[in-house]
Amino acid sequence: MKVAYYPGCSYETSGKDYETSAKFVCNKLGIDLIEIPDWSCCGSTAAHSTDHLLAVSLAARNLALVEKMGFDTVTASCSACYQRLALAQTELAQDKKLLEQVNEITGYDYKAAVKVNSILEIIACVDEESIKAKFTRSMENFRIAPYYGCLLVRPAKIKIDDPENPTIMDRVLQTTGARVVDWSHKTECCGASLSVSNNDIVTALVSRIIKAANVADANCIVTACALCHLNLDYYQSFVTQTKGALKEMPVFYFPQILGLAMGFSKKDMGVEYNITDTSELVKKVV
Amino acid sequence: MMQQPIVIDDRKSDLSKEVLLHSAQDSSLCFQCGKCTAGCPVAFAMDLTPNQIMRMVQLGLIDDVLNSQTIRLCAYCSTCSVRCPRNIAVADVMDSLRIMAAERNIPGTDRSRKVNIFNQAFLDTLNMFGRSHEVLAMLLFNLRSYQPFHNAKLGLKMFNNGKIKLKPDRVKAVNEVKEIFQRINRLRKGA
Amino acid sequence: MQRIGVFICWCGSNIGGVVDVPAVAREAAKFHGVVYSAEYKYMCSEPGQEMIVSAIKEHRLTGVVVASCSPALHEITFRKNIARAGLNPYMLEMANIREQCSWVHQHEPEKATKKAIDLVRRAVAKAGKLEPLFESTIPVTKKALIIGGGIAGIQAALDIADAGNEVVIIEREPTIGGKMVLLDKTFPTLDCSACISTPKMVSAAQHPNIKIYTYAEVEEVKGYIGNFSVVVKQKARSVNSKCTGCGTCWAKCPTKNIPNEFDLGMSMRKAIYIPFPQAVPNRPVIDRERCRQFVKGKCGVCKKFCPTDAIDYEQGDEFVTENVGAILVATGYDLIDWAKIYGEYGYGKYPDVITGLHFERMVNASGPTGGKIVRPSDGEQPKTVVFVKCVGSRDEAKAREYCSRACCMYTAKHAHQVLEKIPGSQVVIFYIDVRCAGKAYEEFYLKTLHEGAIYTRGRVSKIYPEGNRLIVKGADTLLGRPVEVVADMVVLATAMIPAEGSADVARTVGFTVDKDGFFQEAHPKLRPVETNTGGVFLAGACQGPKDIPDTVAQASGAAAKIIGLLSHSEIAGEPTIARVNEAMCSGCLACREICPYRAIEPKEIVERLPGKQVTRVVASVNSGLCQGCGACTVACRPGALNLKGFTNEQLLSEVDALCL
Repeated sequence: MKVAYYPGCSYETSGKDYETSAKFVCNKLGIDLIEIPDWSCCGSTAAHSTDHLLAVSLAARNLALVEKMGFDTVTASCSACYQRLALAQTELAQDKKLLEQVNEITGYDYKAAVKVNSILEIIACVDEESIKAKFTRSMENFRIAPYYGCLLVRPAKIKIDDPENPTIMDRVLQTTGARVVDWSHKTECCGASLSVSNNDIVTALVSRIIKAANVADANCIVTACALCHLNLDYYQSFVTQTKGALKEMPVFYFPQILGLAMGFSKKDMGVEYNITDTSELVKKVV
Repeated sequence: MMQQPIVIDDRKSDLSKEVLLHSAQDSSLCFQCGKCTAGCPVAFAMDLTPNQIMRMVQLGLIDDVLNSQTIRLCAYCSTCSVRCPRNIAVADVMDSLRIMAAERNIPGTDRSRKVNIFNQAFLDTLNMFGRSHEVLAMLLFNLRSYQPFHNAKLGLKMFNNGKIKLKPDRVKAVNEVKEIFQRINRLRKGA
Repeated sequence: MQRIGVFICWCGSNIGGVVDVPAVAREAAKFHGVVYSAEYKYMCSEPGQEMIVSAIKEHRLTGVVVASCSPALHEITFRKNIARAGLNPYMLEMANIREQCSWVHQHEPEKATKKAIDLVRRAVAKAGKLEPLFESTIPVTKKALIIGGGIAGIQAALDIADAGNEVVIIEREPTIGGKMVLLDKTFPTLDCSACISTPKMVSAAQHPNIKIYTYAEVEEVKGYIGNFSVVVKQKARSVNSKCTGCGTCWAKCPTKNIPNEFDLGMSMRKAIYIPFPQAVPNRPVIDRERCRQFVKGKCGVCKKFCPTDAIDYEQGDEFVTENVGAILVATGYDLIDWAKIYGEYGYGKYPDVITGLHFERMVNASGPTGGKIVRPSDGEQPKTVVFVKCVGSRDEAKAREYCSRACCMYTAKHAHQVLEKIPGSQVVIFYIDVRCAGKAYEEFYLKTLHEGAIYTRGRVSKIYPEGNRLIVKGADTLLGRPVEVVADMVVLATAMIPAEGSADVARTVGFTVDKDGFFQEAHPKLRPVETNTGGVFLAGACQGPKDIPDTVAQASGAAAKIIGLLSHSEIAGEPTIARVNEAMCSGCLACREICPYRAIEPKEIVERLPGKQVTRVVASVNSGLCQGCGACTVACRPGALNLKGFTNEQLLSEVDALCL
């Protein structure tokens, strides 16, 4: 299966491990991720907070490129990119006038017929038995708190699962033999868009999430978003280290868990480049 | 904070109409149950709660609303939108309010000013290269907000993990992206 | 010698969780006269009742004590229960060890157990003195009298009459219809109030079983359930039954410019008038205080022009007696006179501060402005209209503590009407809560919100004029900020209060009112349409503030109760009423003064003493009127009056059991 792939601007930096692990795993599952040639930034929060037309146009350029490639589906690993592309797509498909205006701005003749899926949806589409057939390691020592954040499940018009209790990632992770805990903060916001400008707010939000993962007796958190990953990984040190009462929560991307189960190396999966130490837990499988 | 009376007279405000135009959200539907505020993860740091913003939009208190920090502190997590019993996408209302503030060149104060500076820095790198550049955006933010060593610890940690790239990643057809910015600018100025 | 059985109930953990029930049963077995004592999880359940029946038969019990919940809950259950075993149902005594023991002493189980034993000892002592009582029968007159011809009275009258009973309606005003005919459109369906109520008025007038007295009052009520005798005062109308309602008289009447009560003074009428064109009956009345013929003794214009010779200046008040089996009171409400109370809203000085009822008349197409919403001061169309809710309601300091229940909805409707009829208008509604607890009510409120009404949570503190406009100072408590509205007109949603004169009605008919003067229902949940006086029923806003749907529902409910009563040719009378021991009665009649039900009358008896016959007066209890309150027994100095089932001897034995 071939899918157009939108890496997003963090693909070589903060989201590097997400990108590489996802590519390894997709490859193993027979999903061909074909990078959009000369893609550009989706605009992210900065664009939609500044100018609606700018936000839609920046996303639309990439959607138009996908159409040009002859693909009908595009996927993104980064949740923020997914949300921006998906929102732009929904609006453009519903509003002919907007589409015309945006085409004028981008200089492309986009028809608004591209489907936007998150990489989580793409992988979750593979049937359970085929995924399980690829596994060589059991992840039974992992007690995972699956963290969806906001961007995949909200707002309603682009949600990939129930906004209060999504289970799509739970199901994928369970195939590895890992224990997926039921917990309260699956979709509570980590404050990603404020992480540079108001990081004290982010610390407060992250500490609530880390506390909830502790309460649920998880030993790690698994995300599907580079922004969430960075926030949870970095800002938890302010609570786990200063207050001492909370256990550290190593943070993984969901393809990393799948990849480790498939027998990929720690290096390939990039599980050692985190701020919160992952080695204790990873040692149990590799 | 001074609590000047809200005066309702014949000069009816078009604020809620403008919001409707921007966000397709009808703020008059709000009956002030407060569920948006109750679920908002950032409400504790806001100067006005989300339901107060909705109320002020109804009353047309445009200055209070556009000068509030709240509209830019909203992280667009949309928890409010999916839980609103009146089906109002409150996060979209917030989005349209920050756009309206940007249109009026309201820089914001304190926290909201910082959000604004970062967004601008982010868009500047995007405009330059066609893709955003994390390090440059953060540096620009630090310089423009007069806090040169802000987030230095995080930067260092990321650098050690090989997650910082100094060389910008440039789109070949970067002009196409620049064009998008320019066309929209012209459109806004024309309008 | 009584053979008493004692049955102690656990009521699950309600009693059993606190009181040591087996210990109580063991103690009870030792009491004088007790031959059987048992306990069970739920005495009121089928097996519990069976247990009592078989114990009565097996142990040949003559009296039963059940220690359980309040007799208010299950006394009737257990009376029926022991009757099944062949005992007289009044050979039952209950000990309340739940509400009065386990519930209030749940943290002191030992003391609670001791108290339960005491309460059972008391009950056993009384049970030893119980006597069989027998219900009497009372004949029923199959006719109902309804006081008040508003929508409640009309609805009930139609229901009762349709069931084949005769009905008499007494209405104080010259027409039936009440408040509902004043209203414009009704929430939440927005159907025209008059359009749906006037056909009912006509139906009532044309119904062969319904007789309507308008311009009439109840003068006197005598009798009791099934047998009331009501004297109706028909006030002099000065127009006799020859009138055809042609309208010549009021067209010719030279006395103009009398404020028309029907339009709350916003339009004018003549001295001979009908309140509104659809009035029922369509027969005018002369306002004798304003008519020149009566004031100055000369005019006679109406009499001269009347084609049917229906004008009768000599007509006097008439008194008619109606014998009925049931009385329904449906006297409705009035609005509180806010202008006497609220100085901060101007004490009624500002003409553009009006009430919701004024607004109703104004917005009504047949009203004084032909349906135009205008400022009373200058007739201009207002642009900004402020509505203030809870004026007089929810204000225990200045007016009434209760919520008037209909205002939230009619204010929403008024807001809708302003926004609909005046393009570009602005509506601000000050509220404390928005209460929309009715079918399709919340939806109506939300529609009004959507139409742009600005609901502001806060109470208005002051209204004052500035130029030709009004400044309304309120607050937005959700924002925590003061609010000032520059308004053209202010509409006050004023509290509903019992209709003027309703206290007199309660006194004349003989039933109680609540702390606010509304008529007291027998039980707020289980007997909402009855008074504590047998045969007297309630419907509509006279019982408490109500909107039209609730009023009509209650009226039909009361009608069903009355139809039930009138379906019997005779009914059973409670045996727990006062009894006079004539031999001991001195005839002082102190009891007559104290009886709230007017159930005691003097009676002459003839006694044969040795060698002579003596005639003397003693008290006599009317078994139909006596409600068994016991007040007379306390007032009786020689102790000649006793309340059956609660005799002095029985009560004293209880006191002894508790205190000795």
